[in-house]
Amino acid sequence: MADYEVPKITGEDGITDVPPVTEDTMKGSGPWISAPKFQEEMHFPSDIEKDEEGNWSLIPNWKEAALEKMDDLRHRYRSLQLFLDICVKCGACTDKCHYFLGTADPKNMPVARQDLLRKVYRRYFTFSGKYFPKLVGATDLTEEVIDDWYNYYHQCSQCRRCSVFCPYGIDTAEISMAAREILNHVGRGQKYCTEIMGKVYKIGNNLGLPEPALADTLEGLEEDIEYDTGVQVKLPLDKKGAEILLITPSADFFAEPHVDGLMGYAKVFHELGLDWTLSSYASEGANFGMFIGSYENMRRISQRIRKAALDLGVKRIVFGECGHAWRVAYSFLNTLAGPFDFLDPKYPVPQHVLEITWPAIQAGKLNIDKSRNDDMTLTFHDSCNIARGSGMGGVEGGQFDIPRNVIKAVCNNYVDMPADTIKDATFCCGGGGGILTDDLMEVRVKGAQPRMEALKHVTDQKGVTHMAAICAICKSQFTKVIPYYGFTMDQIVSVHQLVSNALILTGQVDEDEED
Amino acid sequence: MALVVNGVEVATDEEGYLEDLSAWTPEIAEAMAKEEDVELTQEHWDIINFLREYYEEYQIAPAVRVLTKAVGKRLGKDKGNSKYLYSLFPYGPGKQACKYAGLPKPTGCV
Repeated sequence: MADYEVPKITGEDGITDVPPVTEDTMKGSGPWISAPKFQEEMHFPSDIEKDEEGNWSLIPNWKEAALEKMDDLRHRYRSLQLFLDICVKCGACTDKCHYFLGTADPKNMPVARQDLLRKVYRRYFTFSGKYFPKLVGATDLTEEVIDDWYNYYHQCSQCRRCSVFCPYGIDTAEISMAAREILNHVGRGQKYCTEIMGKVYKIGNNLGLPEPALADTLEGLEEDIEYDTGVQVKLPLDKKGAEILLITPSADFFAEPHVDGLMGYAKVFHELGLDWTLSSYASEGANFGMFIGSYENMRRISQRIRKAALDLGVKRIVFGECGHAWRVAYSFLNTLAGPFDFLDPKYPVPQHVLEITWPAIQAGKLNIDKSRNDDMTLTFHDSCNIARGSGMGGVEGGQFDIPRNVIKAVCNNYVDMPADTIKDATFCCGGGGGILTDDLMEVRVKGAQPRMEALKHVTDQKGVTHMAAICAICKSQFTKVIPYYGFTMDQIVSVHQLVSNALILTGQVDEDEED
Repeated sequence: MALVVNGVEVATDEEGYLEDLSAWTPEIAEAMAKEEDVELTQEHWDIINFLREYYEEYQIAPAVRVLTKAVGKRLGKDKGNSKYLYSLFPYGPGKQACKYAGLPKPTGCV
């Protein structure tokens, strides 16, 4: 199945042992490089050329451009300057990264990965680094350093688990984002992210799903729900004057088990009598601008949501199951695309779909038959951007409790994975932060090891059969990589898929009960 | 990357997808499949032809669900599931079948 060794998991205690360090196991050329046509869409420099062997050059003045960008970023984000300055190399982060645990490459220790940038910062922007570089571990910026950046900063999913354990609270993700933003400006954009964002600008979503195809897909889902339940549940598109605009990852229209989650949101909205719509213009919750550290592109994508909300005249914006979309929405949307003074102030801006479903369940507004999920024993994978980058429900720890509460309200069988692997200590799925691409398959498979170890533990010892998630990337990553670890792809489910299974709509006649 | 079909070079991207979608011919599909040790049977061709028809109308590959539903309708209910599609295209019907059909790869969180 693979031309590299898939890590072994035992399931004994659910915790991945720290591997002996093996230098350069993940040395390589990094992901596919963004070609000029993709760079242009992002407003990044694009004067790079391919040689006869297929290798891309850097831009002509790459060194000046890189240092200029680094200087720009450290002034723009004082946090970045602080994080570059204050690390004391205590080592608390070294064994916290799933990519280090899965690959054993010392450059994947968060402190070492950050130091690839820090040592250059020190050389050009600090007194000691300028005059006594060897004493302070400062090094010149060379093409080899750029290559290392490109390779290793694409072995960080910006999940921020290491930051939880950092005594100084250094946000490693910010360093990775800054490194990628510098790379964007020297001709080392990442094709996966830039191609996708180009599609958002041209078509409205990451998939490149045009309006007629989206309309046809939604119609098909309406048919499916009616076939299963006998109830006409609408999935409206571009409905002017609707109360709620639903922003969800386009994977919800396309992939499994995402689409089952989308049908779940639709059924909840229907049952609660909510007037809602999707937008073909802003048919994407994901915002890859964050992954590549590009504030400009993150803003351009966010502005589409604002425009759609204004054009459709909605009063509320609700986000579906998407990890980093929720982080961008929860933490940054107001500054990126606000003010949202045209929305109904009675509701949070923005709101998560779980913040609608959970109160409705508590209030007894949804008719739930938990036994309809009795064929499964569930566990929940906390998605990193939700767990460590946002909140939910306006209460501390809401982002951990609300998804679990909903699962437990619709399923009889639920077990948590070991405490060191969930909630704010959750392990990334291995595919976040722009890593969910086939050219990084080895990174993805190895990075999934800690989560797989925890899942194996509850599978073997607690009888868990399925793992639920509320992030499109997590769902896609897991369906793809868990077969490497002996699981099957259908063991990954959407949280609203579970809601959908257990929810009995008013007037519902089950398909198998007919005649 | 380039694929040589009947002595003519066909431009493909890093993952082997056609650069110029209009350049597709059945021979190209055969050549791509051969590179991955897949022998195209009529069952494969039924899927590839459907993908091309869908793309013609909607300018994108169909979602897995749309594909399985359509296959179920056309070829019988027992074939309208992703298990059947994966048995034909082990790297994923979305990606592998699209490649042979000359369609661009679905991108994003999929």
